[in-house]
Amino acid sequence: MSNNDVTRRRVLKTGAVAGAGLALPTIFTAQSVRAFTNEPTGSSVKLGFNVPQTNAYADEGADELRAYELAVEHLNGGGDGGMMNTFSSKALKGNGILGKKVEFVTGDTQTKSDAARASAKSMIEKDGAVMITGGSSSGVAIAVQGLCQDAGVIFMAGLTHSNDTTGKDKKANGFRHFFNTEMSGSALAPILEANYGKDRRAYHLTADYTWGWSQENSIRNYTEALGWETVNAVKTPLATTDFSSYIAPVLNSGADVLVLNHYGGNMVNSLTNAVQFGLRDKQVEGRNFEIIVPLYSRLMARGAGENVKGIFGSTNWHWSLSDAGSQAFVKSFGEKYGFPPSQAAHTCYVQTLLYADAVERAGTFNPCGVAEALEGFDFDGLGNGPTLYRAEDHQCFKDVLVVKGKENPTSEFDLLEIVEVTPRAQVEYAVDHPDFAGGDLGQCNPGA
Amino acid sequence: MDAILLQILNGLDKGSAYALIALGLTLIFGTLGVVNFAHGALFMIGAFCAVTLQRVLNLSFVTIDEAQKDFLGNPLKVKTPYVEAWFGPETGAAIIDWAVPLAILFTIPLMLAVGYVMERGLIKHFYKRPHADQILVTFGLAIVLQEVVKAFYGANPIQTPPPDVLQGSLDLGVMVGFDPNAIIYPIWRLIYFAFSVLIIGGVFAFLQFTTFGMVVRAGMADRETVGLLGINIDRRFTIMFGIAAAVAGLAGVMYGPLNPPNYHMGMDFLVLSFVVVVVGGMGSLPGAVLAGFLLGILESFASTTWATTTIPGINQIIIYLVAIIVLLTRPRGLMGRKGVMED
Repeated sequence: MSNNDVTRRRVLKTGAVAGAGLALPTIFTAQSVRAFTNEPTGSSVKLGFNVPQTNAYADEGADELRAYELAVEHLNGGGDGGMMNTFSSKALKGNGILGKKVEFVTGDTQTKSDAARASAKSMIEKDGAVMITGGSSSGVAIAVQGLCQDAGVIFMAGLTHSNDTTGKDKKANGFRHFFNTEMSGSALAPILEANYGKDRRAYHLTADYTWGWSQENSIRNYTEALGWETVNAVKTPLATTDFSSYIAPVLNSGADVLVLNHYGGNMVNSLTNAVQFGLRDKQVEGRNFEIIVPLYSRLMARGAGENVKGIFGSTNWHWSLSDAGSQAFVKSFGEKYGFPPSQAAHTCYVQTLLYADAVERAGTFNPCGVAEALEGFDFDGLGNGPTLYRAEDHQCFKDVLVVKGKENPTSEFDLLEIVEVTPRAQVEYAVDHPDFAGGDLGQCNPGA
Repeated sequence: MDAILLQILNGLDKGSAYALIALGLTLIFGTLGVVNFAHGALFMIGAFCAVTLQRVLNLSFVTIDEAQKDFLGNPLKVKTPYVEAWFGPETGAAIIDWAVPLAILFTIPLMLAVGYVMERGLIKHFYKRPHADQILVTFGLAIVLQEVVKAFYGANPIQTPPPDVLQGSLDLGVMVGFDPNAIIYPIWRLIYFAFSVLIIGGVFAFLQFTTFGMVVRAGMADRETVGLLGINIDRRFTIMFGIAAAVAGLAGVMYGPLNPPNYHMGMDFLVLSFVVVVVGGMGSLPGAVLAGFLLGILESFASTTWATTTIPGINQIIIYLVAIIVLLTRPRGLMGRKGVMED
């Protein structure tokens, strides 16, 4: 005998109650009432550090991570406070950000755009990171910047030097403290003229990706304006390890300057090969053959060893700077880790402080409030002199360093000497500069 | 003409590394039938033998120099290598200067041992498995090895310069009647080419003129029959694996002064070396050497200004283009034997 009292009405009632019950947690979840993506609701806030932990730039990524950890320590009131003591803005109190303890998660960009996007996405969606920062490649920075724009979080770029990051690929949610290839060209040109004259024939070897193209274009613009002739410009695949077949044609090209638009392992190998082929000892029509490395990194200079001696280049920052901010950072970093920080570490540390400061001044983690606080922000005390975060393209404008491989280093860290601190006014350019054309910041996206 | 000679020289030099790695790959494939994707890692380990010896020779004791300051303003810690303290500054510095050639001495036994352990410990368990399994396990091994090296030495390239007297370049053009500076070539690159010819010649002579080599060649032709004659061919093949590892290691240790070693260098060469093996003909030792030098020269010419302006990007695809043409016209490669990898 069955007691089947299931009626249509009862099924509907039961279904409605069950449905409402199941839906309840999602209707009233924090996400649904958040004003922006990953709005912090507890006593802590999470930042996402997306750096290369594997592949060719892993050492640079490791230094970035050290700087981030130091920044978090300082923000939470630990250590000696580092650059927070010299920063012109006094909004940061050492009690976290807006009173919330700073925590962090890390991702591995692998210096691959797709991997970097995947790790950033994971940190935003799974870990709840409210800001993403880091990276050692322009290709990666541009890819992650686009993702952060869509996701509604702020992206504070790490080491990215291509004009495109704040040019045709700029985004309202993205900010760059690091300098760019236009600034490198602008800073280097007078030094090159003073040392090598106006009548030179340059041969470019260029890494075949966004940064290499941007670097070559900037250096050509400035050197050709000096009167230099560009004999040839050859693109080299990023995966090239032996540059001998690219260097050999330089010997008989009539060029008397070789410009290596290479970074990282490419720079180490191409410079080593160029020196092997006797280019540093070569004479062309009575003049010494010269090599230029437009973007220098101390970590990379260490890889190139003695080959860097006497070679000009530019850099964003160097540990030997004597200003109070730089010295405070070098002291904090050096005492914690036992060696001086790289330019990658510096820019990442500064970006973290700038983000935290902007949140404090805005009084909110909302990306649109943070962006507004960063736009047009004038500051000092972070190692590069008076600096402006330009509102129109989210690019920092500050002094640029022209450096040279040191002839007689006194230690393993003492590889570059500062030739000139090029003043900010000399490297500033108009918002509508043609090399930065084609992009649009768009509107700030708070997500959620 | 001078530019052409320069590119041929350069191609031979590039081809030296390809030929040495491809030779080892072919030795392993020809004897054991294993497609060894860890061979590039053996090349990398060889290069890091030089790095290791360089570090060992630079082991130092520290003295405090109150007169000098470090980057934090503390008294400078001055490092003095033990070899300089033991043998005097000049002799000690000379020993450190010759780190790369000296590294050859311990690279050979070390790589023989690495090859032996790799074959006995891992590869032998995959002889009867499909090639796909062999590729997966050896590729995995390569990743493990490079990550171990990265954990110890970091990701950045490390300079292993040649001895001072062998740095710089020679004006070869003057020697053959060209104008001065027409054909300048780095000394160590010439040494690398000569070294590779010596190693390749040595391996061929070993296989051709020794009883051991004769048995190995017989085993490569018909393993089963040689086994039925009561010869322990497996043991000889294991030794050949060790020799192939030593060849890769020697190629690596001598390559260090050309381009600073990094943990990824093996992978950079691996794919190209497999293309070389396929173009030369799977299992053919002369084919591997011929294809190595041939593709090296072609790659070198494809990177000239004329080539890159005529066909942009040709430098990036030339090796694969040639591989396609060779495989279309000669499916077994330049000197491939019938029946190899065709079952």
